[in-house]
Amino acid sequence: MIWDVEFILGHMNYWLFIVLMMVGFYIVVAKGNLLKKIVGLNIFQVAVFMLYISVGKITGGTAPIFPADLTGHIEYDPSILYSNPLPHVLILTAIVVGVATTSLGLALIVRIREGFDSIEEDELVEIERAMMIADNAEHGSSMGGRA
Amino acid sequence: MAGDVEIREVAMTLHAQLPALQIVVPFMTAPLIVFFGKRETAWWLAFLSCSVSLVISYLLLMQVIGGGFISYQMGGWAPPLGIEYRIDAANGLILFLISLVATITMPFAYRSIQAEITRSHTLFYACLMLCFTGLMGMVITGDAFNVFVFLEVSSLSTYVLVAMGAERDKRALTAAFDYLILGTIGATFFVIGIGFLYMATGTLNMADLADRIQGQESSRTVRAGFAFIVVGLGLKAAMVPLHLWLPRAYTYAPSAVTVFLAATATKASIYVMLRFMFSVYQPEFVFHTNVLQILFIPLALLAMFGGSFVAVFQTDMKRMLAYSSIGQIGYMLLGIAMLNQSGVSATMVHMFNHGITKAVLFMGVGAFVLRAGSSFYDNIGGLGRKMPVTGAVIVIGGLSLIGIPGTAGFVSKWLLVQAAFENDMWPIALLIVLSSLLAVIYVWRVFEVIYLQAPNEWSEASDPPMTMLVPMIILAVACVYFGIFTDLSLGAAGTAAEALLNGSFGMAEPSLDTSALPLDVPHGAGDAGADATGGDH
Amino acid sequence: MARAMRARMQPGETTDMETFTAIILSMVIPLVAMFASMALPKQDNLRDGITFVCAVATFAVVLVILSNVGGGSTAAVELIEVLPGVSLAFNVEPLGLMFALIASGLWILTHIYGVGYMRGNNEKNHARFFACFSAAISGVMGIAFSANMFTLFLFYEFLTVSTYPLVAHKGTPEAVSGARTYLSILMGTSIALLLTAVIWTYALTGTLDFTKGGIMQGKASGWIVPVLLGLYAFGIGKAALMPFHRWLPAAMVAPTPVSALLHAVAVVKAGVFTMLKVGVYIFGIDFLAETGASEWLMWLAAYSIIAASVVAMCQDNLKKRLAYSTVSQLSYITLGVALATDMGALGGGMHIAMHAMGKITLFMCAGSIYVAYHRTEVSQLSGLGRAMPITFAAFCIGAISIIGLPPMGGSWSKFLLMVGAVDAGQQLMIVVLMASSLLNVAYLMPIVAKGFFMAGDDKVPTGFAEAPLFCWLPPAITAFGCLVLFVFAGEIQTFLAGMVN
Repeated sequence: MIWDVEFILGHMNYWLFIVLMMVGFYIVVAKGNLLKKIVGLNIFQVAVFMLYISVGKITGGTAPIFPADLTGHIEYDPSILYSNPLPHVLILTAIVVGVATTSLGLALIVRIREGFDSIEEDELVEIERAMMIADNAEHGSSMGGRA
Repeated sequence: MAGDVEIREVAMTLHAQLPALQIVVPFMTAPLIVFFGKRETAWWLAFLSCSVSLVISYLLLMQVIGGGFISYQMGGWAPPLGIEYRIDAANGLILFLISLVATITMPFAYRSIQAEITRSHTLFYACLMLCFTGLMGMVITGDAFNVFVFLEVSSLSTYVLVAMGAERDKRALTAAFDYLILGTIGATFFVIGIGFLYMATGTLNMADLADRIQGQESSRTVRAGFAFIVVGLGLKAAMVPLHLWLPRAYTYAPSAVTVFLAATATKASIYVMLRFMFSVYQPEFVFHTNVLQILFIPLALLAMFGGSFVAVFQTDMKRMLAYSSIGQIGYMLLGIAMLNQSGVSATMVHMFNHGITKAVLFMGVGAFVLRAGSSFYDNIGGLGRKMPVTGAVIVIGGLSLIGIPGTAGFVSKWLLVQAAFENDMWPIALLIVLSSLLAVIYVWRVFEVIYLQAPNEWSEASDPPMTMLVPMIILAVACVYFGIFTDLSLGAAGTAAEALLNGSFGMAEPSLDTSALPLDVPHGAGDAGADATGGDH
Repeated sequence: MARAMRARMQPGETTDMETFTAIILSMVIPLVAMFASMALPKQDNLRDGITFVCAVATFAVVLVILSNVGGGSTAAVELIEVLPGVSLAFNVEPLGLMFALIASGLWILTHIYGVGYMRGNNEKNHARFFACFSAAISGVMGIAFSANMFTLFLFYEFLTVSTYPLVAHKGTPEAVSGARTYLSILMGTSIALLLTAVIWTYALTGTLDFTKGGIMQGKASGWIVPVLLGLYAFGIGKAALMPFHRWLPAAMVAPTPVSALLHAVAVVKAGVFTMLKVGVYIFGIDFLAETGASEWLMWLAAYSIIAASVVAMCQDNLKKRLAYSTVSQLSYITLGVALATDMGALGGGMHIAMHAMGKITLFMCAGSIYVAYHRTEVSQLSGLGRAMPITFAAFCIGAISIIGLPPMGGSWSKFLLMVGAVDAGQQLMIVVLMASSLLNVAYLMPIVAKGFFMAGDDKVPTGFAEAPLFCWLPPAITAFGCLVLFVFAGEIQTFLAGMVN
């Protein structure tokens, strides 16, 4: 395969998106601390926001604001190149959703810390396994000892 | 005379605005509930708004059950730029299911929640209404990005609802957190898929997307978009192997929440998946066919056998039912993977029938939790005799889950097996019936526990209060009713499958009389608007 | 319901309103008895009285159908179209009518017997017991009057579910595990095999209606036919064809009235009745004969006849012995279908009646012995005949009928089966039937001989000490019935002839 430098550079935004997304994804999967997971999740989401925003940008384009006169009549000049506003608008919504997710995740972490006294995943798993074993010991008799 | 005309005009306007009201009514109820802040008021508001939604969804379903669709432009902005709500027989049926279950769950929730949650009841109802709005919105909207927004509305409120089970078992918190991580990843995948589609086509309206995807089937962007969308929605639909969040979330959530989620949440996601697969991407899309046949059938079989098998070995009835749900979702995916009308309509019917069946069973669990404190088998032993109505309702629900003739579950199983035969997939037909044998085992264990085990001496259990009993009875009757009178479910599902498989209706004029719709330019503005949204950079 | 109650007319067939109402009533009246039983858990006499009246009424309703329809058959009346082309529909035809007559007639006797048994034995939960019993009868009536395979399947499963609590009635670990076997085999086979067969049939032919001469002609051929027949034969677990027979001995943990009516008459006969219906009205006797698809089934049935008889000989528990005897006798009827001749099918149909009368007698006698002396094993029966002469005489008559000797009803059905075997050119089957008769003698007659001629232990009274009246009267009546059936066998044959030609 020939390394087409132009191809690689031309799709720079995609490469950045992929790298950023994978970094975020890796943090979510690999880090045991719940807070770090939320951070990873944010990076992951931001990567996608970047993808959208970069798609909406048109080289040389300007902000898509049409000047209007006092009567409200819109002057549309076809010679001016505008960027595509729609992805930006969409991502505005997505950012709001992301913020909500983050805050909810953080709230849950606070509650988990109160309940379990830990926000490390491995410790939580350990506590839950102990709870599960206790459940089975208490209620497993209905399985005829098969639990 | 003048007054009459006025009333008629108001009625006409309201009628025309039904699709918007379907979403706006429950959505606005949520802040209202918080504003009033009283427990009883909150419940009444929520119940009222669910009932209104039910009526609206019924009216909408009746308009589209014979075929055709309603197109509604949000705020008067014409699609594809504006957000379009589009109701056909397929989502009409799902909207009806969701609002039906929500309305019936409300009275049940009142006492059940009192017993399981001590504080923040108003916030609970507000969250439930948001979740309800989100699910309805996902199903009703015709705009791909709007699906994401509603998906997140429903997901975020679901995380909160699940976490509210923490008073009984703190594991609800970690279950909610895990669900949050996985759900967000799923939703983000979905957004990536939508982004790819937008890059390839420059539009977000589903009907418009369908038109523009034609001819680009081999485009990698379009294919990658498909994969991302399927994975994203598959996660929300708890399709194996993306199901890991489901058993924990269902087990630790408050009973009323589990009832609502089990009957509606996964169904809404599966519907959206169906819509993307068949209406946005055409069934002839070769890559898509391969994915479905090679990937979905084994995964569906794995879910059917794996989910049911794990369910057999549970010691907690609620958890058992959660695993059973994973198995049942397998049946739905199998119907989709058959890629033809009989398969898809079997899936639609199963979504509906399984929704009411699982709602009945989870309500039964809720009643047990209310009386016995938990749903572990050794705690609910012999309760069927002490709580005769609850026991009878669980028997009906259980029989429907197995698929005994005369119950709703039988109808959908029959359709699925028949679809398999029609496609010459008779080994799969055999596997479907074999996997339902596992259902016999796990359901019958419940029957043995609640009837044949000796009751705990200390338990002075009796049937739950009327507010819980009546919803259970209504749904149990529905389980039998839809097993015998299948006009509604089969009729809607048949039309729905036809609508889905014939692809989108494109940006053509809707087949229904739209003169009553708010703007006189329902369509046609699409092409002009689409140019401004070009995706090159 | 615009399309409710739409009668599908076939030439020469109609269903008048009275007959239709009677069909519905025959299913509704037992349900009334069921609800009455559930509503009256404490008032024993009132509850059992209502059920008795309902049993008589059900029988009367079936008699009305008999007088209206005679040996003919009526058009199917569709109540509801459940799935496209598949509806809940009922009609009357000779075989089903005969089945309904037997079941409803014997219900009256079994109810009397059941009241005597449950009270004499101090069993618990009478209300639940009689409620489930009545529900089961309702299911049997539905099976008898089904006009298509779907309706039959619906009531078939209803029967399974409603009899499960009866088998588990005692609630002891043995009862629970017996009931588990019962349910897992019956429901397992019906869901895994029968349902597949039914849907497959529908996919092949587009209909499930019971039609004279079958619906398979020209729709199925080659390997599909024997495979489909196999799915039916094994799927109908209630027919207790080996190797799916184990539920029947397991069900013997139930109180004896259940074993008597349900596991000698209603449930097992529902199984072989379904076999006959499938053979005659789904496949068609001629079609089976042409394709030779049923030959393997004939050999399996023959094996089942002999093997179950041998197993019966080795059982010391009286009810288990009778259960294995039932397994063997049910295969007679399956054999009748598998022979694929008109005579074979007729013989099979008649055997339903003859075996029902004989076997219910035997079971009720076994129950009487249990009520009176709490003896369950064959080896404990020595000398009891002198204390309970009526019970043992009835047992003897029933046994003779099962063996197939004149002057008891069982001889005719066996004779017809042999004629059928000759028609089919399967002389070896005659040998099988004869051998089975000898085995029957070997496992049934020693019981009678022990009772009358061997000296009992010290707990057996020397004088006359019968079971309560309600326990010995019903078997005496059914024993007499065996004799009556011998005399009227000709009428039954003419009556049933309507189903084949």
